[in-house]
Amino acid sequence: MSRIVIQEDRCKGCLLCTTVCPTQIIAQSDRFNQSGYKVAEVPAEDMEKCTGCTSCALICPDLAIKVYRTPKKKKGDE
Amino acid sequence: MSEQLVFDRPQSVIDRPTHYCPGCHHGVAHRLVGELLDELGVAEDAILVASIGCSVFLYNYLNVDAVEAPHGRAPAVATGVKAARKDKFVFTYQGDGDLASIGMAEVLHAANRGENIAVVFVNNTVYGMTGGQMAPTTLIGQRTTTCPSGRCLEHEGAPIRMTEIIAGLGGATFAARASLNNVKNIRQAKKYLRKAFQCQIEKKGFGFVELLSACPTNWKLNPVDANERIKTEMIPYFPLGVFKDALDEGGAC
Repeated sequence: MSRIVIQEDRCKGCLLCTTVCPTQIIAQSDRFNQSGYKVAEVPAEDMEKCTGCTSCALICPDLAIKVYRTPKKKKGDE
Repeated sequence: MSEQLVFDRPQSVIDRPTHYCPGCHHGVAHRLVGELLDELGVAEDAILVASIGCSVFLYNYLNVDAVEAPHGRAPAVATGVKAARKDKFVFTYQGDGDLASIGMAEVLHAANRGENIAVVFVNNTVYGMTGGQMAPTTLIGQRTTTCPSGRCLEHEGAPIRMTEIIAGLGGATFAARASLNNVKNIRQAKKYLRKAFQCQIEKKGFGFVELLSACPTNWKLNPVDANERIKTEMIPYFPLGVFKDALDEGGAC
């Protein structure tokens, strides 16, 4: 399973990440951070849909997204 | 199998919040430059010549030695830095108000002399830091604080296409234009920047990359619409691609 971690105090709520996600799982949350921006988030139930493509991290102007990827098991592996 | 961290901040970019507005593409450009300094192994030898504009505090965000140049004079300062320290990697990072307006003479002559430096040119068609005045690259019909009814071809002339001008000079080795509006274009931008930096590392001359970027605040758009404007209005006028590549021919000189 892949996942992203959004550093909420850096997010400026520009929502560019929501436009490039191929699975459309990133959305604006109801929370405000200390700077007063409404941050982006991935709802916990959607996180398993993350493919680890890094598109959101590539377009994030504030380097607020870290991407973790678990390599897929090859066929025949135990 | 254990999970791997596949995307993180490059070492050359300092872990610090930036002062840019939401959706400003300076952050993406900083990251691309930082990643390349790390990947090419020149971060320790790099000397940044920063310009005036929103990117004026670039020395706070990139972990390299820096000189702050007067408005528009970054290529002239870089020429001096390179002449004094030939072993260092010297690059400038300038906006369109800095490079295409007040700094037009400096960048043209540095390119024409074939100075062995790299220039990163961030074009957002407006003076960002001073409050959204008309820049030489402002598109026809675009409203700014100094052309409130839109730029008029008759009175203010046509927007300047810098990359084409640089490519037309004999001394330039590499000139390309990329955009930062989507993932594909960002990847392409990194390839162009790598080539421009490679020019200098291989001592082949002047490398120039123009990056089309958004200024949501001064365009009076939200970041997502501003990104869309790059695609619908800027790219048709500022075509993307490589305009000059003399790297394989051994450089321009």
